[in-house]
Amino acid sequence: MRPIQYYRCLAGIVRREGLRFLNQRGRFIAALVRPLVWLLIFATGFHFVLGVSIIPPYETYVPYEVYIAPGLIGMIQLFNGMQSSLSMVYDREMGSMRTLMVSPLPRWFLLTSKLLAGVIVSVIQAYVFLAIAYFWEIQPPWWGYLTVLPALVASGLMLGALGLLLSSAIRQLENFAGVMNFVIFPMFFASSALYPLWRVQEASLSLYYICQLNPFTHAVELIRFALYGEVNGPSAAVVLLSLLVFMALAIYGYDPARGLIARRVTE
Amino acid sequence: MNDDRAKEGSGTDAARSTEAALAVEGLSHSFGARQALRDVSFAIHPGEFTVLLGLNGAGKATLFSLITRLYDHRGGAIRVFGNEIKENPSEALARIGVVFQQSTLDLDLSVGQNLSYHASLHGIAGRDAAARITREIERIGLAERRRDKVRELSGGQRRRVEIARALLHRPQLLLLDEATVGLDIASRQFLLDHVRQLCRDEGLAVLWATHLIDEVDAEGTVLVLHRGALLAQGPVPAVMQAARASTMRAAFDALTQERAA
Repeated sequence: MRPIQYYRCLAGIVRREGLRFLNQRGRFIAALVRPLVWLLIFATGFHFVLGVSIIPPYETYVPYEVYIAPGLIGMIQLFNGMQSSLSMVYDREMGSMRTLMVSPLPRWFLLTSKLLAGVIVSVIQAYVFLAIAYFWEIQPPWWGYLTVLPALVASGLMLGALGLLLSSAIRQLENFAGVMNFVIFPMFFASSALYPLWRVQEASLSLYYICQLNPFTHAVELIRFALYGEVNGPSAAVVLLSLLVFMALAIYGYDPARGLIARRVTE
Repeated sequence: MNDDRAKEGSGTDAARSTEAALAVEGLSHSFGARQALRDVSFAIHPGEFTVLLGLNGAGKATLFSLITRLYDHRGGAIRVFGNEIKENPSEALARIGVVFQQSTLDLDLSVGQNLSYHASLHGIAGRDAAARITREIERIGLAERRRDKVRELSGGQRRRVEIARALLHRPQLLLLDEATVGLDIASRQFLLDHVRQLCRDEGLAVLWATHLIDEVDAEGTVLVLHRGALLAQGPVPAVMQAARASTMRAAFDALTQERAA
């Protein structure tokens, strides 16, 4: 296989993901409505209940809406990462995954291409959300829209790799409700998405440690700081390290010789 | 340059024509304690239409998963035109076209978009891909449906698109896993005729897995798989004769009962 064939394969996978996204208008709208409901209803309701003190990267008191915006972007990427990978498994016992894997290109390349395609879609969703949120006074400085891009790519890759890993390893999660209950909700709630960690620490020390160990917390913090042109070093390190670990395990999971896929009974 | 010539010289025309498109030797596979395949050996040559006959659970799906390298086999060998699937997966997979039991088309994408996605997975794009797609959808008689979404097609038409897709990269070995499940008689016949014609006209080697005995062609070759083991293989008349049966159905019953006894 020549390099041009690798390129064509990657381009084809990205184009398919884009077309699917455009053609499934329901999925696009659902992906946007979910965080907007949180922003417009949940955040408005809690506006006066939860006060947020001045914590970096914010320089003044910020309304609760502004605080949870990065968490909601993380939510978009979390759903997207789970959906784009796991949807393949639900296509009745890996239908489209099998189509992908009969390609003569190396399997790690196919999985990485699939991951990149999902991330492109999730970054677009995040920007559409930010554009709408602008009218609810979530207005980071203009350069924040540029500096957030690498953070969105990194967190999207990390969450997409987690989805790939789950799709290779778990067969008990029969439907998306299972993923919601056992992956998405715990990751989302046990993180800094909805409340700052110092408040969690006051309430429960063990929950605070769980939040600190949750890679989703660090994806949210990476996005939060990047929106104000700042780099959160520890969070960036955790996100990148998690990405490497999840991706390596996903490639292992799909390895025909050793992977968990071989233990799946397909009849 | 000299190396190329040496290679060409070593493979005479006779040797090339006898090289098996698919050679399975002593293949065994188990899932935990359950043995799915037991010492399975057979070969398919270019231009041969071979029916793999077996009931549900006989091991057909496992065999297909191993040949397409969804996961590796542990005992035995699988060679596609001499390429062992574990050692040269890329060379082997490039020569295989597959139609899976479950439809794997994107319902929300058009016929053309589905096909061009598949072409790109084989590193084919642009004008070359467009020309191949035109050729394949003309052959299956769906040229005017190119821009239609797959969702709008009937079950039989979707199957035809899957066959077109499996042929885009011009494989020399075509694998079909229960390709006619859920189709009406006319669509089934169309598929069978289409694939048999490909076999004759283009020298394609075909492995057609089914549980429907009436899909076995009287002049074709058959492999009878039962509980993970091959009970019989060869030209249909020879298999019937060996089982002392006058129809393929009787032969299948005799073979599987012998096994049960």
